[in-house]
Amino acid sequence: MSIKPEPGRQMIAELLKIDLNQEDFIVALAGNPNTGKSTVFNSLTGLNQHTGNWPGKTVTTARGKYVHNDKTFILVDLPGTYSLSANSVDEEIARDFICSGVPHVTVVVADATCLERNLILVLQVLEITNQVVLCVNLLDEAKRKGIQVDLPRLSEMLGIPVIGTNARDGVGLKDLKDAIDRVARKGMTLTPIVAEYGDEIEKQLRFLQPDIQKYVKNGVNSRWITLSLLEKDPGSMECGANDTFFKEALPQELTDSLYLVRQSLQQHYPDPERLHDHIVAGIVNRAEGIAKEAIFCKKADYNDLDRRIDSVLTSKIWGIPVMLTLLGMVFWITIKGANYPSQALASGFFWLEERLTHFFLYAGWPGWLHGLLVSGMYKTLAWVVSVMLPPMAIFFPLFTLLEDLGYLPRIAFNLDNYFQKACAHGKQALTMCMGFGCNAAGVIACRIIDSPRERLIAIITNNFVPCNGRFPTLIALATIFIAGGMAGHYQSLVASLSILAVIVLGVVVTLAVSWLLSKTILKGLPSSFTLELPPYRKPQLGRIIVRSIYDRTLFVLGRAVIVAAPAGMITWALANISVGELSILQHGVNYLDPFAQWLGLDGFILMAFILGLPANEIVIPILIMSYMSTGQMIELDSLQALRELFVAHGWTWLTAVCTMLFCLNHFPCGTTLLTIQKETQSLKWTGVTFLVTTATGLILCFLVAQSARLLGLA
Amino acid sequence: MEKLIPLHHLSLGSSGEVRQLTAAGHTRRRMMDLGLICGTRVAALQKSPSGDPVAYEIRGAVIALRSQEAAGIMVKADGNGGIPHSEY
Repeated sequence: MSIKPEPGRQMIAELLKIDLNQEDFIVALAGNPNTGKSTVFNSLTGLNQHTGNWPGKTVTTARGKYVHNDKTFILVDLPGTYSLSANSVDEEIARDFICSGVPHVTVVVADATCLERNLILVLQVLEITNQVVLCVNLLDEAKRKGIQVDLPRLSEMLGIPVIGTNARDGVGLKDLKDAIDRVARKGMTLTPIVAEYGDEIEKQLRFLQPDIQKYVKNGVNSRWITLSLLEKDPGSMECGANDTFFKEALPQELTDSLYLVRQSLQQHYPDPERLHDHIVAGIVNRAEGIAKEAIFCKKADYNDLDRRIDSVLTSKIWGIPVMLTLLGMVFWITIKGANYPSQALASGFFWLEERLTHFFLYAGWPGWLHGLLVSGMYKTLAWVVSVMLPPMAIFFPLFTLLEDLGYLPRIAFNLDNYFQKACAHGKQALTMCMGFGCNAAGVIACRIIDSPRERLIAIITNNFVPCNGRFPTLIALATIFIAGGMAGHYQSLVASLSILAVIVLGVVVTLAVSWLLSKTILKGLPSSFTLELPPYRKPQLGRIIVRSIYDRTLFVLGRAVIVAAPAGMITWALANISVGELSILQHGVNYLDPFAQWLGLDGFILMAFILGLPANEIVIPILIMSYMSTGQMIELDSLQALRELFVAHGWTWLTAVCTMLFCLNHFPCGTTLLTIQKETQSLKWTGVTFLVTTATGLILCFLVAQSARLLGLA
Repeated sequence: MEKLIPLHHLSLGSSGEVRQLTAAGHTRRRMMDLGLICGTRVAALQKSPSGDPVAYEIRGAVIALRSQEAAGIMVKADGNGGIPHSEY
């Protein structure tokens, strides 16, 4: 038997590509940030998962499935939130999904080392739905810290199944699956505790709830919805009901009585904030009470080690130097480590290119076909893979390691004061960190900032952090032009320091532009800021490698390859189809050249950036191809050959510096622009981002080029 | 009357109990989401390199707050944990 689901439920299901008519069970995964929720999700689903936007992190709803007791369970990973009060996009997503009626079971993942705070969310979820399983994760960490959790007592007090897990070692997952299965099949009747709010509120709830119940959608808890209606501004005549939770508009008499009830509550709580306080306090005190009975702490100083690490990593003297050293080391290992495999891959690809050319000649295929496929497509692909893959395969695991250790929030903590002075949000530092991997991911990560103004600032400035598509360009230019004259070991050291300088410049530009935006088109004061510094965690090396290679490296590389193949062909065609005396490309280059010279670049470079709009990875291959089409054919199998090619086209150190500057500060790639449009729902802000980033690059390049020339340095 | 101090005047390493939240609206809700209500125990743990924000222990979690937010949280310090108001 299949019942046609109602529209709202259907919509959410379609959004998540879930077929409601199937016999599968749908499980929502909720929890505070930093509870190991992603690990629970990954351990349950394995690699059998799919994310809409960015894999690996819970910035958007990831989905996965597993089979247990012959039933398929579809797991939806919700964004990590502290509450369901819908103060931010993430909270709204989480709340709407839990109360949409789509999930058969909601699993709340809680951190055993910080259970009391986590219980607040558990109690909030229990207000919305009865079908809940609590997963107390990180039990081993808790044990090490001398924290003991009485799981049976917790389960008894909450009235729901409580399962202890160490998701990263797979401990407790079978029990968790069993509990989800039992709740989903309604094999056990749950009678969760209900938070109580005192006589006055309870009286009004009893009075209104039965009437309201008739109008709310299936699966939405009417006690909870009545409570949230009571909390609305008492002066307002509007009932505050919207179609997320209601089947139809409330009739006049019901909104009238709602109005009266609010008026009468106002007698008891003159300030609406007092009413909200009272309701929240009801939940928080309940959580505290439960924690007192079920959680025992043997050592008072259980977080001592973390505090001692923090007192170095975030100290006045060491905080910033350690941060820069760590970043510098990451770049050094990346550059040093990528050197040999890049060379090897390049020679391999070059060898294969020769064989391909021989084959084309042997088969007697026309020259233009060889040009399009080998000189155009193959060469571009070969560059993208040989130059991008090794650094990414080293950088991503290292970066994920820092992330897993819990270091990234400390970066935000260290830098917050600067962001505060720029009237921006401290969590912008976190979104910048995500931008290192991919700016589109960084833009999505901006959802963690609730204030719309500060979120826009973070989105507009995210591009000032070089993503992995731009690192290879920066590394290559820094290696051959800045560190070019150095001997072996110093070369990678100087190159790393140059990259570090580029990053620091990116941060400075980010702060300056954020400040400028705050003073002009995005005026305002910093909003509230709370940042959790989670406990340091032992990293899981195996998982780091799988996640960073599978979810990040291959994902980013795949996207680059898809763009690079057609772009290589198009560029080759542009460079080889002539109109009049010159190729189409050359016409464009000549047109751009006078302007580009002002910026310390040349027409080819500017053209390459423009043609590279779909993806930053292809800027250098396009440039190489354009230079090559104008004469010299060089066997391009090493960075030294690249240097010779560039120098032959009039490059100096200034050209390299300006190209690096423009690489750091120019319009975002196509994917990022689309993401900005999606996230802001506004063409205007997408356009503003395009203009602000490009203008910054133009101004910086112009200033550097002109000052260097004026001073006679170049 | 007992002496209350704003949270950012609580000296590092000492603790106290929240007695009053003067913040309003969104900020107030954010605090409450973290379990920061009247009666909650807090301890000042660590300053960031520039002195602001400061990390506090709240219900077993470590939360960094800017002085702007902490100023809206009035606490009763244990013992001599706070800097007396008159010094400011």
